[in-house]
Amino acid sequence: MKRIDSISQLEKTKTALADKRDPSKTCITVCKGTGCSASGGAGVADRFITEIKKKKLAGKVSVRTTGCHGFCEQGPLVVVHPKGIFYNKVSDNDVSEILSKTVVGGEVIERLLYIDPATGKRIVYEKDVPFYKKQTRLLFGNNGKIDPTDIEDYVALGGYGSLGKALSKMAPGDIIDTVKGSGLRGRGGGGFSTGKKWASCQKAHGTEKYIICNADEGDPGAFQDRSLLEGNPHSVLEGMIIGAYAIGAREGYIYVRNEYPLAVKHIRVAIKQAGESGFIGKNILGSDFSFTIKVNRGGGAFVCGESSALFASIEGRLGEPRFKHVHATEKGLWDKPTVLNNVKTWATIPIVIDKGADWFARIGTDRSKGTMIFSLVGKINNTGLAEVPMGITLHKLIFDIGGGIPNGKRFKAVQTGGPSGGCIPEKLLDLQVDYEGLTEAGSMMGSGSFIIMDEDTCMVDIAKYFLSFTMDESCGKCTPCREGTMHMYNILKDITEGKATMEDLDTLEDLGRMIKETSLCQLGTSAPNPILSTLRYFKSEYEAHIKDKKCPTGVCRKLLQYSIDKEKCTGCTVCAKKCPVSAISGEKKKAHKIDKEICTKCGVCYEVCKFDAVKAG
Amino acid sequence: MLKTTRKNIEKEVDKIVDSYDAKITGSISILQDIQSRYNHLPKEALMRMGKRLDMPLSQVFSLATYYKAFTLKPRGKHLISVCMGTACHVRGAPKLANAIQKKLALRSGETTKDGNFTLELVNCLGACALGPLLVIDGKYYSKVDADKIDPILKIYKPASKSAKKKR
Repeated sequence: MKRIDSISQLEKTKTALADKRDPSKTCITVCKGTGCSASGGAGVADRFITEIKKKKLAGKVSVRTTGCHGFCEQGPLVVVHPKGIFYNKVSDNDVSEILSKTVVGGEVIERLLYIDPATGKRIVYEKDVPFYKKQTRLLFGNNGKIDPTDIEDYVALGGYGSLGKALSKMAPGDIIDTVKGSGLRGRGGGGFSTGKKWASCQKAHGTEKYIICNADEGDPGAFQDRSLLEGNPHSVLEGMIIGAYAIGAREGYIYVRNEYPLAVKHIRVAIKQAGESGFIGKNILGSDFSFTIKVNRGGGAFVCGESSALFASIEGRLGEPRFKHVHATEKGLWDKPTVLNNVKTWATIPIVIDKGADWFARIGTDRSKGTMIFSLVGKINNTGLAEVPMGITLHKLIFDIGGGIPNGKRFKAVQTGGPSGGCIPEKLLDLQVDYEGLTEAGSMMGSGSFIIMDEDTCMVDIAKYFLSFTMDESCGKCTPCREGTMHMYNILKDITEGKATMEDLDTLEDLGRMIKETSLCQLGTSAPNPILSTLRYFKSEYEAHIKDKKCPTGVCRKLLQYSIDKEKCTGCTVCAKKCPVSAISGEKKKAHKIDKEICTKCGVCYEVCKFDAVKAG
Repeated sequence: MLKTTRKNIEKEVDKIVDSYDAKITGSISILQDIQSRYNHLPKEALMRMGKRLDMPLSQVFSLATYYKAFTLKPRGKHLISVCMGTACHVRGAPKLANAIQKKLALRSGETTKDGNFTLELVNCLGACALGPLLVIDGKYYSKVDADKIDPILKIYKPASKSAKKKR
């Protein structure tokens, strides 16, 4: 795309590009997000290109590789436009058939259609898939429509129009007022008013100011930031450029996890293309506003998602947090006024500017406005990303959109907010999901990860899992977090091994409160949440581990008793051979026995038995 | 084999450092690039980097050891990452991790004696729909259970036994 030097030129270019996209022409979109790529999407896209050549369909059919559509469970996803025929779990071998039957013959291939598990019916069109139908995809909607490595796709759909509007029709103060009025709150989990943050940075003294995009998405179970950066990187850039103009920054950084190679690649391509097109760099769109964006990759430290640690990491120092006596909006990166926002927050800005504060504020609840992208993962049918208005009930999100729990199991709890959040039980399924609602339930919004757990999940084990995570990721700077998480972990480990007493539960609660109050940064202050929330809602499970020395779900291995079913044992001797401590005895072709005194409960016999004769309980 | 004489390393590091304008703010990225070039952070490279950035070696070393992504020991030919994120955890990642650790007789961060595999247990790779997830050299293997390990590892086994004994 040629460099654009004025607002009028931007509009002309947009119209020209939009006209080029003939809506009646067949276009096949193939999802090449990390999820679909991993299940074969990359190969499918390549095959389409070669098969189109082979079948001499070039010119009649185009292929567009897009970012994540969110419905990762069903990947690789292929949509045949203009009709929007939706094929899921497509493999290389289906490509030729799709071209000959669907594209040329106009036929729908039944076998590749999505079957709605609720009704058992096959669904033909993308718009009718319940997973999508019940969402409000403001941020995510364009992911399926654009090739993230081609800026023309973004501009054709009106991209950078909000930047044009901001630069030509709005003073920095107007932009900040609009963002304030929209009620947009930080999507990284903190939930602070974005407009207020910007206003205080704009007022801060100094001419050197910075804009930062926090893409250090470390919460296990969250991948919405990755998907946005991969699928629609220009929306994030556009938000940042508007933010820079509003607060008066000339330099911006995107701090992104190095574990997201595709996101790093796409954001770099996007920055380059935006620079060539005149959206980044000197005299943006012919104005006197100049702004550059650099990409900094993380080093695999979870704590760097915390703002002050993130600044330190960009500065080339150890990513350790510091006390925040002064806000980052006054002293942030290199002690200069800085606005740091999450990927989703930045991607929301162009929408707020385009549609206006009132339009945006009508979506959501009184206190939490707009939409939020949630990741639905764990024991759930429709694993993926769902964008919904704030205030949706847990039940709607998990059962209507998420499709409920697989294998007819019962829902037990949902863990929200990553390692900083907590577990919410079944009885609170009618809870409205917004910042306050989740906090009141003892959890938090966090990055929007929803880990669904069924009856087979042990809540003590989950608490232990999160504590092992925070213990591992604690940077070690402050004592409560460094030592406290370790002690809490050790107690949880004792509980899962049947070595704990009821007094340990009180110690856990005391420690939890102490760590919450005295840790230096959010990592520490929120580390006890998974324990405190599971103690609040699932205390009986803790008690079963401690008093009865039993894990009700059979997850905690050290509490299991292994035995051999005499009826089923064929005397094949495999278990006896594999047992590392020789606890199993018995003659060949006769039932074997486990000596419980010697058994270390390693579970090897259980795993190697082909006759289902080893019982754990 | 890569030519890893001190001079060569210094030349390579200079190139990397210059691509970040020899600024300290590029430190983490510079370390990333050095590591992807050499599979680990060689001592000579760290020394050169410190010199070029006017950063004491102790500080370079503290960066190299603080951030989890970096390793001072050479990694094996193939890097196996097992995702230990929550979604993978509830779908059985601990079992998978145990099985691989047993199979290769490795703990997280270690390398097999033949230098073929390095194993890493990592916190969430963000592909939660695919869990339990295994990534080898950037290729994703989805919904992996203990039975699938052998056929997957076979793909990466060295071709001949003589090659195996080289290291």
